[in-house]
Amino acid sequence: MPVLTRLLGLLLVLVVLGWLVFVFVTGTPYALQQLVNGVTLGMIYGLIAVGYTMVYGIIGMINFAHGDIFMVGAFLSLIALIALSSLGVTSVPLALALTLLFAAAIAALYGWTVERVAYRPLRGSFRLAPLISAIGMSITLQNFVQVSQGARVKPMEPLLPGGISLLNDPDFAVQLSWMQIAIVVTTLAVLGVFTWIVTRTPLGRSMRACEQDLKMAGLLGIDTDRTISLTFVLGALLAAVAGLMILLYYGVIDFYIGFVAGVKAFTAAVLGGIGSLPGAVLGGLLIGLIETFWSAYFSVQYKDVAAFSILVIALIFLPTGILGRADVEKV
Amino acid sequence: MNAAAALLAVADLSMRFGGLRAVDALSFEARRGEITAVIGPNGAGKTTVFNCITGFYRPTAGALTLRHPDGTVYDLERLPGFKIASRARVARTFQNIRLFAGMTVLENLLVAQHNALMRTTGFGIGAVLGLSRYPAAERAAIDKARFWLDAIGLLARADDPAGALPYGAQRRLEIARAMCIDPVLLCLDEPAAGLNPRETDELTGLLLRIRDGGCTLLLIEHDMGLVMRVSDHIVVLDHGRKISDGDPAAVRADPAVVAAYLGEGDEDEAEPVAEGIAAPEIAAPELR
Repeated sequence: MPVLTRLLGLLLVLVVLGWLVFVFVTGTPYALQQLVNGVTLGMIYGLIAVGYTMVYGIIGMINFAHGDIFMVGAFLSLIALIALSSLGVTSVPLALALTLLFAAAIAALYGWTVERVAYRPLRGSFRLAPLISAIGMSITLQNFVQVSQGARVKPMEPLLPGGISLLNDPDFAVQLSWMQIAIVVTTLAVLGVFTWIVTRTPLGRSMRACEQDLKMAGLLGIDTDRTISLTFVLGALLAAVAGLMILLYYGVIDFYIGFVAGVKAFTAAVLGGIGSLPGAVLGGLLIGLIETFWSAYFSVQYKDVAAFSILVIALIFLPTGILGRADVEKV
Repeated sequence: MNAAAALLAVADLSMRFGGLRAVDALSFEARRGEITAVIGPNGAGKTTVFNCITGFYRPTAGALTLRHPDGTVYDLERLPGFKIASRARVARTFQNIRLFAGMTVLENLLVAQHNALMRTTGFGIGAVLGLSRYPAAERAAIDKARFWLDAIGLLARADDPAGALPYGAQRRLEIARAMCIDPVLLCLDEPAAGLNPRETDELTGLLLRIRDGGCTLLLIEHDMGLVMRVSDHIVVLDHGRKISDGDPAAVRADPAVVAAYLGEGDEDEAEPVAEGIAAPEIAAPELR
């Protein structure tokens, strides 16, 4: 019953919006703080989600190892930061920039290798084969990091303490930490460069061509295997940036963070409409906001339940996601 | 027949799918700077030949030799798919439209120049770093795209999504896109299918213009008017075998061709028409 479904969906959206208006009016500073936190977290999810959606768009496969590339990126960042501080690099911006370059470069290598080793030999095989291979790759990467880095949680001291206070209410001041600003600015810059690559460069053009018709792209002389490899490399680069961000934001990482973050980013990609790049970022922001607001007003323990319930509900009402296009049957 | 002028030599090409011989020991040549038409009833194996030439199928047997004007020789049956376009410079279009519908008309033409752009820009690294050679290369690519857009009368619609064009324009755009890879051999699979007479006339002009520009064409077409007007050489297939080969006048007069199209084969007496693959598609008067 589409009419009933649509009415129900509309009702649901109205209830959520009404509740948001209510919390913003009754406790403005607290709600604003949640908005800031949610956007920061959402940016990180969005960065990872872009990798899922890009790979899905081009070869129609869910790269389950992508979350673990993100985890590897976080570990590479930690290693780089420790190495740089022991080398005596004291300037925080310099250390962060070098770490970003190092983590992105090595994670890109991981992304390329995963595709080359686990997916390319299975191209042209049945649809589930690369999917199973991806799950295997995910477990391999987790266990590799567990063995090489240890299973214990790795803490890191905050690199950029402090921040600025907005809206100094006597009861509650909205804190905008330098870290949050750095995360949002870096994410926006990285996404900007990425958007430019996809829309304006020959590489981006060939990626979009492969996404629309892989065989035809090959017939026009595009090396489709190389384009797919580069897609994985780009996705891994973004995931590594997200890894550095999560390390800076939470200050603790372990070998298992890739799983939950990966599933959430995948959720974000589906929510935004899998295959759509702006959709991935939008979905990431939504998941980040949902999770933060739920934790702030209801229960921290059940924040993942909230995030995934939203996915189920969203898929019932919007099967192709927010910005996804319905597959039009060709005549 | 001057052997040196052969651009594409198909020798003893066979393609078998299980028990079906889609193409059976087929040999013919496409001479440089000519339009060679491959005709035959439905199911005769024409598209299979194209699929072998462009690397979609690996032939069961036979050789496909492409001899570039500069003397370089390519064995198409051994080249990996994308190199048939990028190295051997063979382009093709399909019976159905396969444009990148979500990209603009101009982008469709730029995608086809991907390799040229990538070479001049150090495989995209230069583009990412914004090196000065990149804008020049991109401008050259856009100029070429504009040239072909002008030739097919779509210059005004360069920035529209390709999927929004009318059907006839999409067909012309596919040909323009194929030309943007700078092909030495252009294979067109039923380019006139679904076109109205005026559009078919425009297509005729475009094909002759491409030929006069030095590109060799291989054409599958059911519109006999078009075939007879543009072809320099016609190869007729039936049941995967060549039944006639020659200039339009000779092929038109060949009794075997008439028999194949009317389904009253003197060679195929053992096989009743109802079971045969070919339904007569083109009426005899049109053929004559």
